[in-house]
Amino acid sequence: MGETLIKVEGLSKKFCRSLKKSMWYGMQDVGSELLGRRHGDDGVLRPDEFWAVKDLSFEVKRGECLGLIGHNGAGKTTLLRILNGLIRPDQGRIEMHGKVGALIALGAGFNPILTGRENIYVNAAVLGMSKQCVDDKIDEIIDFAEIREFINAPVQTYSSGMSVRLGFAVAVILIEPDILFLDEVLAVGDIGFAIKCLNTVQKMTNKSAVVFVSHSMQQISWFCTRVMLMNHGTLVMDSQNPSECIDQYYGLVKHEQQVSGTGEAEVIDVKLLVNKRIVKNIEPTIPHGAELGFRIKLAISSNRHWTAMSVNIADQTMQQIVTMPVREADGELKRFPAGLLDVELSMGKVELTSGKYSITISILDTENNEVLTRAQGLSPFRVISEEVHWGKLVRHITPHKITVQTRK
Amino acid sequence: MNETRTTIYTPDSLLLHPYKMVVEMLSDLVAGRELAWRLTVRDLSAQYRQTFLGFLWAIILPLANTLVWIFLSRSGVVNVSDTVLPYPVYVFTGTMLWAVLMDALNAPLQTVTASKSMLAKINFPREALLVAGIYKTLINALIKVVLLMIALVAMGIYPDWGILLFPIGLFSLILVGTVIGLAITPIGLLYTDVGKAIPLLMQFLMYLTPVVFAMPKEGLPATIFQLNPLTPLILTSRDWLTGLSPEYLGYFVLVNAISLVLLLLFWIVFRLAMPILIERMGS
Repeated sequence: MGETLIKVEGLSKKFCRSLKKSMWYGMQDVGSELLGRRHGDDGVLRPDEFWAVKDLSFEVKRGECLGLIGHNGAGKTTLLRILNGLIRPDQGRIEMHGKVGALIALGAGFNPILTGRENIYVNAAVLGMSKQCVDDKIDEIIDFAEIREFINAPVQTYSSGMSVRLGFAVAVILIEPDILFLDEVLAVGDIGFAIKCLNTVQKMTNKSAVVFVSHSMQQISWFCTRVMLMNHGTLVMDSQNPSECIDQYYGLVKHEQQVSGTGEAEVIDVKLLVNKRIVKNIEPTIPHGAELGFRIKLAISSNRHWTAMSVNIADQTMQQIVTMPVREADGELKRFPAGLLDVELSMGKVELTSGKYSITISILDTENNEVLTRAQGLSPFRVISEEVHWGKLVRHITPHKITVQTRK
Repeated sequence: MNETRTTIYTPDSLLLHPYKMVVEMLSDLVAGRELAWRLTVRDLSAQYRQTFLGFLWAIILPLANTLVWIFLSRSGVVNVSDTVLPYPVYVFTGTMLWAVLMDALNAPLQTVTASKSMLAKINFPREALLVAGIYKTLINALIKVVLLMIALVAMGIYPDWGILLFPIGLFSLILVGTVIGLAITPIGLLYTDVGKAIPLLMQFLMYLTPVVFAMPKEGLPATIFQLNPLTPLILTSRDWLTGLSPEYLGYFVLVNAISLVLLLLFWIVFRLAMPILIERMGS
């Protein structure tokens, strides 16, 4: 861990909700700046203003990677813009040591009429790199972007993927910052290119102080040594243990329930059973490896005779991670009769990675595949796991057999 | 590791540390040189690559304007008083020089508006945008001047030693245009009606400057024309170009001196205003 490169003390920033007032306040602020007055009205909020960032203090050292998480509008990108010198702070003090670089706004300065090669020089100039620097590394950039055959064609003929790869290549090869800002974008392009990006960014992070804003908790856990959670502009938690902070973030996220379908069936209640016992808490935390079961109360309309059920587990982005169609012992879909039903199921060991999940229940008419009801966001729960796993569903396996061939 | 620079951001006004502010302004100007040139090359290449007529567009508008005025005066629709130079020459040189002034005037607001998304996301020396605008104006002006000189010789006007001073006239037009353009940029970024009102105002102003009309000799028009600070710029440049001796040299020097001071002032305003405007103007 090296020297302190970023030092923030008591930072606050306010924004205005109304456009017209905002423009007028802008003129007022320019006026007061020209009169030598301090920016920010000494902490007073004018009509229609609100604090986007309030009273933030922290430091980042070389070699540290600080993750910034929080809901949309929590103030993360605003903080990055202030650190980058684009916006003036209203209160507080910021000290930055060394060269600042950012993987934000890739391909800035690109003009579609010009060729890829010409645009490299323009983008490099915007990033503050000299022509000599670009000349030395131009081949490296073109190779990284994987567009050698098209480098002399106008950028307007490129696919969006190609332009983005070019922008990324220029930034990642040329900038050698002491302080690096990443706003959501760690990698672009197809899977091979994305892996290349991640590796290159990882190398950059070792030599600088990094601030990384993201909504992907997996990337945060992977990259960051320290995480800060922001909520409505204030710092809620600053921890050297990323999982702790991420868990706190989930506590603040609300899960929405959504119901769709013809309405001829209804999910009345879902109770979770952990290790065969009913859990009463609103959003329980289930340890990785515990046994999870469900007690579901349903009502199915008398018009429908043979219906089937499927229970899914979804992550916080509503992506369905595990699908569990309910079957008979012989493998056929279990048919449910009409009426008021109480169903008890067990899914066995829950081997999910740390995160926040919810249940989705679908009831289908087996004769014509109509969805009678699909309720998602039910019974949210959290899973705590000590290890970080990239995949959502984890299966711990042991090899049957290992043969060691003698070394040559 | 090479020496690290420290940057400090506080809510204090930059005017409280004037020495530091001036040093930063100059270093940004120097640092932005290469970027300014790159942006100019980019914009001009893109502009002319897409057109069939290419750089000829630099003179088509003034030429068309001139032809209209010649027709209007010959046919007696508009009564234009006598000019020392043959009227077609007078109008052609006048409109070309006015076009240079307009290019310089529109450049700051246009380049900054076109770069809004870049300004909102990346920290780069903003002076580069202004310098890029000036480079672009200069190059377009050079094309106009070359064509203008060819046309003058074709019309029978031969330059005398005054032609050596003509570049001063050209630079002064660009200077004054840039000063006015720089002055309207901060407010023009927030309130877009400024950008729309300028062409109207400038068209009106052209009729109060000896561009297509000759200098009136008496009465209210004469006073207005004489007080108009743009008058000596147009007249002196035209005189140097066509081999006449300039009459308003004193006023010319005064306008330029004041413009140099105003340039510095408006540059400071620009610098102080930009971060405040960037946060409010959206991208």
